[in-house]
Amino acid sequence: MAFEGLSERLQAVLGKLRGKGKVTEADVKAAMREVRLALLEADVNFKVVKEFIDRVRERAVGQEVLKSLTPGQQVIKVVNEELTRLMGGEQSKLTFSPSPPTVIMMVGLQGAGKTTTAGKLALHLKKQNRRPMLVAGDVYRPAAIRQLEVLGQQIDVPVFSLGDKESPVRIAEEGVKRAREEGCDTVLIDTAGRLHVDDAMMEELASIKESVNPREILLVVDAMTGQDAVNVAEQFHNRLGLTGVVLTKLDGDTRGGAALSVRAVTGCPIKFVGTGEKMNALEPFHPDRMASRILGM
Amino acid sequence: FRRSKIDEEMYEELEEILIGADVGVTTTMELTDRLRREVKERKIKDPQELKPLLSEILSDLLRGDEGDLKMNLAREGLSVLLFVGVNGVGKTTTIGKLAHKLKEEGKKPLLAAGDTFRAGAIEQLEIWGKRVGADVIKHQAGADPAAVIYDGIQAARSRRADVLLCDTAGRLQNKVNLMEELKKVHRVIRREVPDAPHEVLLVLDATTGQNAIQQAKTFREAVGVSGIILTKLDGTAKGGIVVAIRRELGIPIKWVGLGEKVEDLQPFDPDQFVHALFADSIREEEMRAE
Ligand SMILES: Nc1nc2c(ncn2[C@@H]2O[C@H](COP(=O)(O)OP(=O)(O)OP(=O)(O)O)[C@@H](O)[C@H]2O)c(=O)[nH]1
Ligand SMILES: Nc1nc2c(ncn2[C@@H]2O[C@H](COP(=O)(O)OP(=O)(O)OP(=O)(O)O)[C@@H](O)[C@H]2O)c(=O)[nH]1
Ligand SMILES: [K+]
Ligand SMILES: [Mg+2]
Ligand SMILES: [Mg+2]
Repeated sequence: MAFEGLSERLQAVLGKLRGKGKVTEADVKAAMREVRLALLEADVNFKVVKEFIDRVRERAVGQEVLKSLTPGQQVIKVVNEELTRLMGGEQSKLTFSPSPPTVIMMVGLQGAGKTTTAGKLALHLKKQNRRPMLVAGDVYRPAAIRQLEVLGQQIDVPVFSLGDKESPVRIAEEGVKRAREEGCDTVLIDTAGRLHVDDAMMEELASIKESVNPREILLVVDAMTGQDAVNVAEQFHNRLGLTGVVLTKLDGDTRGGAALSVRAVTGCPIKFVGTGEKMNALEPFHPDRMASRILGM
Repeated sequence: FRRSKIDEEMYEELEEILIGADVGVTTTMELTDRLRREVKERKIKDPQELKPLLSEILSDLLRGDEGDLKMNLAREGLSVLLFVGVNGVGKTTTIGKLAHKLKEEGKKPLLAAGDTFRAGAIEQLEIWGKRVGADVIKHQAGADPAAVIYDGIQAARSRRADVLLCDTAGRLQNKVNLMEELKKVHRVIRREVPDAPHEVLLVLDATTGQNAIQQAKTFREAVGVSGIILTKLDGTAKGGIVVAIRRELGIPIKWVGLGEKVEDLQPFDPDQFVHALFADSIREEEMRAE
């Protein structure tokens, strides 16, 4: 069952309620304070936390809960339901264009893990008998092209590059053209890291989108990100219309509350998580496990 | 509209600013408790004085003692700086920027490509070396990082470099093997140069949340972090977690990164940092007042 681990923790927090035949509003409030703390300590954005707690509290002190025979149990159910809703419920997969090649664009802040994830995704697709091509669209970061080329070699996937003197828009266009010529059915475009508030650089991404019409635009987010994750996700989403999120560096010991924040402000599903530096360290995203992790199991 | 007296809502607003800046719940509560005490003791009534008072408390905490924020370099002979941190925070870039600063001061920096693991890491450092006019000591990809650093030290001596800046691969602090590898690098430096490393600089990304505390704790335990470099402050993230780190672990912040170019590195300025924490809320207030 989804949220099993989560339920356990909540049972502990709400255990005091369960023993009682009657649950008061004050009981619920005290329990919610602990849930709030757990979420904040996991880096869930404070506004997201506030809305979440308000919703849960409102429902939990409602008639059907307090008057029920198992009020503690009912409160847990409400928290579970609301977290599931916030987390996006079902697992969400990549989609492909009916007319290949499918173009996938990686975007995000500096150092989030775009280049590495592009390589991982290429390997993942290759294992599904697809023919991916990597496109080196970062002409700014020192040795970014070299990095992608080394990764391409490791996983035996072709890397298209025009060096660092051409515009990323042109590189993307030419890359897609080359993929078509060579019978590659999926094109993964690596882009340079950039700040969401850097207008010129955000405009560049919009231009790439315009010219190659990607099927997927994936925001790569470092799982250690704090409160600012909402700003970042919101602005990338507003500007580009994201189709999904990849959460990286989940092999660390962060609780990863940014996942909740990003999901909450964009409504975009988290499609994959990165769990290491090696090319095979990519996993489909499981909302239930993530929710448990955030609340600290 | 302006408040006429200090009320609970004002404290809550300040708490939200701090939590929203990644200061963390525990440190935030401590700070606002302290603020309440000061308000009482100093008999402060004017709501306008609340933010400046909190700023003062924060600045004092971050400034620490005289000389805390200075870089420690050998008075004579070779200085060795070791850069550590989790993946993608800005270690390699910061080395490039700092080498540039050192050159401007008339010193001779040398770079050691101690990240032999990440694809393109050596080439990245080489490009930075060219950019700022500093030599790079390297081995092949996959080589032992401690051996690279050892060679770096010998080269620094024979070439009469003033400062050796040692790059290392990004590593998450919970990876025991990788932390052991880092300890080995640290041991080599300690063995080869008296008083070295002169600084072990933990590079932190300002967008990082509460996990940064764990990073600081674990890296400190492994190799004794002497200072923090806070990167990517040119975005909207405030980097408030360094407040919690300073309070809990006492580690000073020495430099801040403000972009991707050579000149985008500045000495840490507590007043400026604290001012930026409140800048958004002050702007909002002004807009409301208009
Ligand atoms: N431990 C771990 N490290 C990761 C993961 N994904 C990426 N990394 C590391 O994070 C660092 C940054 O990754 P990159 O792929 O270069 O990030 P990027 O977003 O392309 O960076 P820029 O191009 O500079 O913006 C590298 O050291 C990667 O090896 C992950 O899931 N786990
Ligand atoms: N906006 C901004 N970007 C920065 C800053 N410092 C570094 N970066 C960028 O962040 C990304 C990662 O920087 P690196 O220097 O490769 O980070 P690293 O810690 O060496 O990464 P690994 O070696 O992969 O662990 C690059 O795209 C840099 O250009 C900064 O202060 N501001
Ligand atoms: K990061
Ligand atoms: Mg990249
Ligand atoms: Mg590096």
